[in-house]
Amino acid sequence: MGNGTFVLAAAVAGAAVFGLSLLIHNEYFFFAGYVVLQYIVLATAWNILGGYTGYVNFGTAAFFAMGAYSSVVLYKLVSLPLPVLMVVGGAISGIVGFGTGYLTLRLRGVYFAIATLALAVVVQTLIVNWDFVGGARGAYIMRPAQVPLFGNYIQYLFLVMLVLAVVALVTARTIERSRLGYGFSAIRDDELAAEAFGVPTLRLKLLATTLSGALMGMAGAPLPYYVTYLDPASGFNLAYAVNSIAMPLIGGTTTWVGPLIGAVLLGTIQQVATVTISSAANLLIVGLLLVGFVIVAPNGIVGLFEQHWRARRA
Amino acid sequence: MSAPTLLAVEDLSKRFGGFVALEAVNFSVAEGERVGLIGPNGSGKSTLVNCLCGTLQNETGTVRFAGQAIDGLPAHRRVRLGIARSFQLPRPFATLSVGDNLRIPLLYAVDARTGVRHSKAEIDARCGELLSLMGLADKAARPPLELSQVEMRKLELARAIAAEPKLLIADEAMAGLSPSEVDDILALLVRLNERGITIILIEHIMRAVMSFSERVLVLVAGRKIADARPEDVVRDPEVTRAYLGE
Repeated sequence: MGNGTFVLAAAVAGAAVFGLSLLIHNEYFFFAGYVVLQYIVLATAWNILGGYTGYVNFGTAAFFAMGAYSSVVLYKLVSLPLPVLMVVGGAISGIVGFGTGYLTLRLRGVYFAIATLALAVVVQTLIVNWDFVGGARGAYIMRPAQVPLFGNYIQYLFLVMLVLAVVALVTARTIERSRLGYGFSAIRDDELAAEAFGVPTLRLKLLATTLSGALMGMAGAPLPYYVTYLDPASGFNLAYAVNSIAMPLIGGTTTWVGPLIGAVLLGTIQQVATVTISSAANLLIVGLLLVGFVIVAPNGIVGLFEQHWRARRA
Repeated sequence: MSAPTLLAVEDLSKRFGGFVALEAVNFSVAEGERVGLIGPNGSGKSTLVNCLCGTLQNETGTVRFAGQAIDGLPAHRRVRLGIARSFQLPRPFATLSVGDNLRIPLLYAVDARTGVRHSKAEIDARCGELLSLMGLADKAARPPLELSQVEMRKLELARAIAAEPKLLIADEAMAGLSPSEVDDILALLVRLNERGITIILIEHIMRAVMSFSERVLVLVAGRKIADARPEDVVRDPEVTRAYLGE
């Protein structure tokens, strides 16, 4: 399938999801669906750096929360529509992604992962001590009850995140099949050899950290409007970092489908578990699934299917 | 020598902490020449290759390629200028197929050098051509980790050739191969040389170095101790001493 066809197919699929959601009159569906869509974006963004390029980022929460807090700052200063907030949040997280990349990409493997974890702690400390955005107390956001054309605000949030999810998936798939995608794979497999055969490794890695950070920031920007009360503990929640790693790993890291499958599966299970068991069970479920998949299907669900397909063909 | 100089190395030194890996190495390679580089283990051959290709940067001295000083240039810029190397221990891109391994230098070295974005079909055709040349055509879709040791060496060499270099540095491309396989690779290198590619061959198999090279450089403990025709090098008492002792 060509890139153009895929964009069309993704847009149609997105429209179909939204169309079907209009048949549901339970508002809770939109609250839960929003979270799943947000995880599709986060998992896809994480995978561009972690899956394609091979640099494990433990700092998803930092990029996500920076997007969210940039919305809080803008909310206090001016009144802007949500899509604009997302662009600003994406730009800020993208710039920080670039800076982080520049400072840390000489670190490889586990050292890079530790540096991103440290970044999350540093950013959270800064936010906790910044009174303007509420500090440790958090900030309240008054969202409009109605949106022109949409009516219900939560439906509007759902649609915005749905569009972003489609954009993220299209971006990931386009990269995967491009010259850039081959460059990323070469870096993941053997950075020294990649450089020796012409891949400008530093530039490509900076591109990956910037793009990945920007998508995470965009996913975070609507968060204050979703929760209406944002404090550092929820913005920097460990769940974001853990889920955005676990979802691609469970789905499969080599293609755009992997994070999508992982996010839909894990995100839905968590939403169901929150209602039926308790919200505390979420991370436990993620942990158990991760252990299970590492043993049974180290290449994720996509890897499992590929293996099956190859075995049947042979 | 009538052919113009392609590579000129002047007073090149490299140290790792207190250890001097290369000390004031001087030599030049003419366009179209076949040069052998030998020396005992740990004499600095691979360090020299790394300094030429930009994987390591030399501290002092100058490397000129086609008249241009290339010190400080990162490896990806040098391969675009036309210096390609194969690694002593094969380092394939493990998650890419054998065919896609060749795609990397085609996309990132050749296209970047010429400024022409080749279409997917053109690149596919070129990959196929190179794989047939190396006898790997039936493995194109396989992952490189399924290849045998010999095939892995061939892939390593094919990937360097795919970069369409002016200067090819083959770092022990024949280690572990049988005599007939060594002959195959030698014949291939000679063919490439006839097409105008300058080749530096680093090898422990003396038969191969002696028959292939027009000139042999000998490195011992980071110093160049000989630079002469192969038949003269083997008679050089200093070379004999380095290899066999007093």
